[in-house]
Amino acid sequence: MKPAPFDYVQPDSVDEAVEVLAQYGDDARVIAGGQSLMPMLNMRLVRPHVLVDISRLPALSSTVDEDGVLAVGAAVTQGTLAAWPNLGMTLPLLAQALPYVGHFQTRNRGTVCGSLCHADPSSELPLCLALLGGEMDLHSSRGVRTIAAENFQRGVLTTAKAPDELAVRVRFPKAPAGDSFAFREFCHRHGDFAVVAIAARRSGTAISLAVGGVADRPEVCHWNSLPDDSVEDALNDLAWVLGGNDDIHATARHRRQLVRHLGCQVIDATRPDDGTE
Amino acid sequence: MKTLDRHGRFLVRLTLNGIPEEGFAEPRMLLADFLRHEIGATGTHVGCEHGICGACTIRVDGKATRACLVLAVQVDGAAIETVEGLSEPDGSFGPLQQAFHENFALQCGFCTPGFMMSLSEFLEINPDPTANEIKVALSGNICRCTGYHEIVNASLDAAKALRRRASQTS
Repeated sequence: MKPAPFDYVQPDSVDEAVEVLAQYGDDARVIAGGQSLMPMLNMRLVRPHVLVDISRLPALSSTVDEDGVLAVGAAVTQGTLAAWPNLGMTLPLLAQALPYVGHFQTRNRGTVCGSLCHADPSSELPLCLALLGGEMDLHSSRGVRTIAAENFQRGVLTTAKAPDELAVRVRFPKAPAGDSFAFREFCHRHGDFAVVAIAARRSGTAISLAVGGVADRPEVCHWNSLPDDSVEDALNDLAWVLGGNDDIHATARHRRQLVRHLGCQVIDATRPDDGTE
Repeated sequence: MKTLDRHGRFLVRLTLNGIPEEGFAEPRMLLADFLRHEIGATGTHVGCEHGICGACTIRVDGKATRACLVLAVQVDGAAIETVEGLSEPDGSFGPLQQAFHENFALQCGFCTPGFMMSLSEFLEINPDPTANEIKVALSGNICRCTGYHEIVNASLDAAKALRRRASQTS
């Protein structure tokens, strides 16, 4: 199908963009890469009055290596971030997860912030943000606010961003030396939405696990220590807490089993190399 | 601030395979439809129109992109490459087309332009890929005829031919 008619606005600054959003609120949609929004427009699941294109705003097109943080502007594509020098050292989780975000053809255009704002419960970048605990900068004509990752995604395709707010950048905290990360997902075809996606972080004896695709947003679970013989029970408990739903792609039972299975794999993969091999 | 009214038709200028082209587009017009209906370049095929099948894949400023997930008004000034640009200047098959032809890598041909345009960027980034790397790169393109084996074989052959050409010209 083709999109329903809309007015198209290409603002020259963030101030102009938020001005339009303030005027139209719910009737405006922001488009950056459009790799989630365009399908919804084509299928007429959304019919905005005005489309605000921020993809060519220079102010949003940069990635900045700040002290301890990588700040990614709202027009930066997933492909650009994946090619960021030393990403494997500074943000190893993103380096592992980005190749699973769609296909290289959609990563060429799809943006990091766009994926976070779309907030699909099974998508990879919201999962990474949840585990890394970054923050988002939101601008509106009412002012500027920064919101912590844990408070950003509220549920299925729902975030704390108000309709008149523009997500300007996301800040990912860089990995402290010694922390290790792992990412795994199960999907029916490479690049499809994951049935279940899991990321783990090991920091000394502490382990954190983020699970996507089961609850209605990525959920994070933290253990101060998790001895090897209690991993299985801990993952089983987590699977039952998250519950999951039956849908066309998988049953809730299958999803819980994937939490146990992939959970074991990621926890294993973060194990420090003890030099015995 | 550029503001385009929903009922208006706006001039979009771009280069198509190196040649300047222009046409008019409503804000909601998809790039795939602009190429086919405004410019008349029907080599780009439109399949699912929501980014799943990959049939409409083209290159925008060198990057392989779904032409059904981009608006024509968004690419004003861009350099667009489509399947029409893959043949040799004399009209004979280019290396990708030749490899698809020799490996029987198409039947109905509907998905073929998308596969080739995905490969044209992928083989620039990775000139000597493994079969597995090709499968991952092509996972965003769907073919319902071939069963994919011939396409992977054609990709390996095309990579070889493109490497040979690069070594001859350098």
